[in-house]
Amino acid sequence: MEKVGDYDELVNLKATELRLGLPGTEETVSCGKSNKRALPDDDTEKEIESTGKTETASPPKAQIVGWPPVRSYRRNSIQTKKNESEGQGNYVKVSMDGAPYLRKIDLTVYKKYPELMKSLENMFKFSVGEYFEREGYKGSDFVPTYEDKDGDWMLVGDVPWEMFVSSCKRLRIMKGSEVKGLGCGV
Amino acid sequence: MTQDRSEMSEDDDDKQSPPLDLRSAAIAEPSSSSSSSSVVVVVDSTPNKSRNCISSSSSGSLTSQPFPDHVLENVLENVLQFLDSRCDRNAASLVCKSWWRVEASTRSEVFIGNCYALSPARLTQRFKRVSSFVLKGKPRFADFNLMPPDWGANFAPWVSTMAKAYPWLEKVDLKRMFVTDDDLALLADSFPGFKELILVCCEGFGTSGIAIVANKCRKLKVLDLIESEVTDDEVDWISCFPEDVTCLESLAFDCVEAPINFKALEGLVARSPFLKKLRLNRFVSLVELHRLLLGAPQLTSLGTGSFSHDEEPQSEQEPDYAAAFSACKSVVCLSGFRELMPEYLPAIYPVCANLTSLNFSYANISPDMFKPIIQNCHKLQVFWALDSICDEGLQAVAETCKELRELRIFPFDPREDSEGPVSEVGLQAISEGCRKLESILYFCQRMTNAAVIAMSENCPELTVFRLCIMGRHRPDHVTGKPMDEGFGAIVKNCKKLTRLAVSGLLTDQAFRYMGEYGKLVRTLSVAFAGDSDMALRHVLEGCPRLQKLEIRDSPFGDAALRSGMHRYYNMRFVWMSACSLSRGCCKDIASAMPNLVVEVIGSDDDDENRDYVETLYMYRSLDGPRKDAPKFVAIL
Repeated sequence: MEKVGDYDELVNLKATELRLGLPGTEETVSCGKSNKRALPDDDTEKEIESTGKTETASPPKAQIVGWPPVRSYRRNSIQTKKNESEGQGNYVKVSMDGAPYLRKIDLTVYKKYPELMKSLENMFKFSVGEYFEREGYKGSDFVPTYEDKDGDWMLVGDVPWEMFVSSCKRLRIMKGSEVKGLGCGV
Repeated sequence: MTQDRSEMSEDDDDKQSPPLDLRSAAIAEPSSSSSSSSVVVVVDSTPNKSRNCISSSSSGSLTSQPFPDHVLENVLENVLQFLDSRCDRNAASLVCKSWWRVEASTRSEVFIGNCYALSPARLTQRFKRVSSFVLKGKPRFADFNLMPPDWGANFAPWVSTMAKAYPWLEKVDLKRMFVTDDDLALLADSFPGFKELILVCCEGFGTSGIAIVANKCRKLKVLDLIESEVTDDEVDWISCFPEDVTCLESLAFDCVEAPINFKALEGLVARSPFLKKLRLNRFVSLVELHRLLLGAPQLTSLGTGSFSHDEEPQSEQEPDYAAAFSACKSVVCLSGFRELMPEYLPAIYPVCANLTSLNFSYANISPDMFKPIIQNCHKLQVFWALDSICDEGLQAVAETCKELRELRIFPFDPREDSEGPVSEVGLQAISEGCRKLESILYFCQRMTNAAVIAMSENCPELTVFRLCIMGRHRPDHVTGKPMDEGFGAIVKNCKKLTRLAVSGLLTDQAFRYMGEYGKLVRTLSVAFAGDSDMALRHVLEGCPRLQKLEIRDSPFGDAALRSGMHRYYNMRFVWMSACSLSRGCCKDIASAMPNLVVEVIGSDDDDENRDYVETLYMYRSLDGPRKDAPKFVAIL
């Protein structure tokens, strides 16, 4: 109990203190209380640990339990969007023709195409055949395609991996018959 | 009530249970009964006032003639049926025993603000003809992980008791309760005429429970699942609705995180001619939404689901989404946009001019996308959004939405040290443009006293003011001063204020203002504020209407807690976590106030801190401490 009281006295002194920093910026604080509680799903804490970069000049504050007071339901709904928009992980939707549900995967988890293919095959229980540079995929009805930044639908594997990861907006596993006309890169 | 008291007969000698010494003289006062106190008046004793009734014919004997009694009670019944408001009913029930009895037998809607304030048995003993039931469970701070799971608020004992007592039950509205699939099954089995199920911020059940309700409640009009946690049992609950035409008027499942059988949903909507409100979850795509809209142009309230599409659009033309929206002339309430693809937002233009309520709070919309939309929404009264619309977006709201009553701005990045795209600029603009504002919830990183003061002066209709400056202890970022004057102005100038949530750097002075001017404040939320006990004392010794007090991480100790003992029986609850309370003091209060349940939650057992109270949650109760408290709750 003393801890909280002391801290608050300190803050009030700070309010009158002359300093060069902007009002409102403070040193890193961690509330002692939060350490006592086991938090099964404090998304904010996990996020702080996993992110390498920080936008602010000072190190990010340790997050206090339940502060700011936003319900976890809302936090979780928005969290996914944030991950997507900040490029923290690169989540893209994956759909497969004939499958009722979409999945989402994080492309940054993979280092090259075979890893990605394996994961997709496991996810949707299909197999993708072999990739040939000129003819595309052979040996299977299913063909992995993706939509790039320009809105064009391309065959997965045509461009170097890094270029693919940075330009892929969405994945679609098409059934063979629809694949006609997909340019092989050019 | 203009009943001629001289004609009332003396009460019969119906023995009541011994009067409860709640020291609740305040409840007996007519003035406080007519306040918006939302407690079920559970005083079984007859207050002194009641003894004014004197029979004109008798010589004061207790044996009254049956005939005038019955006539009187019939008359009373007929009159009391017009009383809907629970405050009026509470007041009427205190007039005398006869009125108490008649009121109890005619009250059909019961509201219970704290499920542990009384036992289900007491409810069914007093009220015999309940058809509609509102029950609230956990305190609000439980939403923010400040309370361990499995604390309680179980619906089970309530549903099992009511199943026997009120077979005609039609409506159940629960908030922050723990509801299991079994509870839902019992509900579906026990109430053949069941019409409305509303679950807000509840948990403990899944799609299997919902399926049972859908299937067995043949008269179901309303099934609203709002911000609840619903486990995905992989049950196709939409298909469980009966095959024939339904009575459905409202179906809200936007919080259900499970895919939906769209064909079944389409069929359901097609055979629900009375359906006015439909709130889809994010597993319904734009294309599917389009089809639903074409089939249900009579909707008044729509939750749009994901507002995106996952499949590649067909090579033929995309559906004309705007046309579908134009056909929905009656839509006045729009929400959803869970995975918004902004390029499709213009599809809603046709309905903007009619909208009275718009919820963009799950959509990351930039000011540029937002402004063209909001400029059409002249009739808007309720608006929720993320701070991604920036101060610029708020200025656009202020320019157009002159009818705005309620505004909620949530943070896209809910962390203390995030960049805040909204500030005092947006607040100031809203205060100048939206003079009819009644309720505001505003998350920001920067604020000034000047803007808050401006709002207090420009918006006299404010009843709810909740400002959350996300960085703790942040002062006015222009002057560097505490936020005392801003909040002071709010309590001083907003004479109708009933709910207040404060934040930023606040000294005891802010609380002095609250105590002095917060005459109608019923709910007060405090976090990381104040300097000393005096702050809490100001509030407990002032604020005559205070009902719900929730405080966290503030330096308030035993002396402050003791200073409120004269009023805890008149409050629904007090929550104090991470303050400076000792177990000894809490125990003293518990001993002194037998009808107060004093829960100490989560204190560690280590010797060092044995006396320290991590979380105090205390509330009045007519039936003593609850029997279902988990191990980490100590009831003193």
